[in-house]
Amino acid sequence: MEKLWEIFLAFFIPGIVGYGGGPASIPLVKNEVITRYEWLTVTEFSEMLALANSLPGPIATKMAGYIGYLEGGVLGSIVGVFATVAPSLILMVVLLSVLYKFKDSPKVKKMTALIRPTIAILLGLMAYEFFQQSYEGAGLWQTIFLVVVSYVLMQKVKVHPAFVILGSLVYGAVFLA
Amino acid sequence: MKQRNLFLAFFRVGMLGYGGGPSSIPLVHKEVVEKYKWMNDDEFADVLALGNSLPGPIATKMAGYIGYRVAGIFGMINAVLATIVPTIAIMILLLTSLTFVKDEPWVAGMTKAVVPVVGVMLAVLTLDFTKKAEKNLGWLKTIAFIVLSFLLIQWLNIHPGIVIGALLLYALLAPIQEVKEQKKHEKGQSV
Repeated sequence: MEKLWEIFLAFFIPGIVGYGGGPASIPLVKNEVITRYEWLTVTEFSEMLALANSLPGPIATKMAGYIGYLEGGVLGSIVGVFATVAPSLILMVVLLSVLYKFKDSPKVKKMTALIRPTIAILLGLMAYEFFQQSYEGAGLWQTIFLVVVSYVLMQKVKVHPAFVILGSLVYGAVFLA
Repeated sequence: MKQRNLFLAFFRVGMLGYGGGPSSIPLVHKEVVEKYKWMNDDEFADVLALGNSLPGPIATKMAGYIGYRVAGIFGMINAVLATIVPTIAIMILLLTSLTFVKDEPWVAGMTKAVVPVVGVMLAVLTLDFTKKAEKNLGWLKTIAFIVLSFLLIQWLNIHPGIVIGALLLYALLAPIQEVKEQKKHEKGQSV
């Protein structure tokens, strides 16, 4: 019981302080898991992170699920994921439900209009980070090739992104290994 | 049927989102706005804005809220589980039995090739949002707000949550011009 409470706390704090999505919470999780509770060594943590990064899906819940499982079995895994996901999700549902209720009010309409350029810039910056990361990982020519081909397939030929992503996984396994 | 579609939509998002939660944003948009039409671009932008200003992982916040909107509490649980359970299961399986996989060069190659594709999806979404902002605010204001947000977030390193929070507060507190003009008009008529 004590252990489960520790697991809850270890992931509740990064979940509630980690601004900027899951990747932003990595150093916070590291601090709890390595420094405070000493559940993993630095090497074990890096190994876990390397694998987590090569698998699909959100990173924060993968860390919580795995470390929770190591420390407290299936129940520990559930507690870790719940502590990561639930607090901010509840806040989100409550706030957006209020917003949705007043969605026809001119003020809420104005809110939606005003934040859109900021959202555009945030997405643009994220796109830039992904291109940068690709340039560092796969090199300039591979990046240009993959960008052009995936753009044409998704935007011009209208192939569903799922197939383009699966195609790129196969391409990467064969040509970028 | 709704629960099944919710599960499928977010299962695909979880399994195809390489590079953590933020890379799943364009995938969620594709499923929720374009495929199943559960919400329009306006609502999606609100979800994204608030999701970005609140702490915690973005993928589960989006999944949870959209699941809740489409099919209540059960929909919320369903969408969150569909996003995270498959990949956690794979993770535990690989780390406890097949540790060698992460050292395989083809695994690293797969990740490398997916990154630029996600970049393209995010860039396309950026253009979409810019065009839509232009429709509401006009080019002048849109460019002004884009430059301003860029400077605040990228150069002054102000957290996007604070920028979005400030904009929301401004929209809430500033008087609305159209309404005022309408009132003047009504007054003029009554006199």
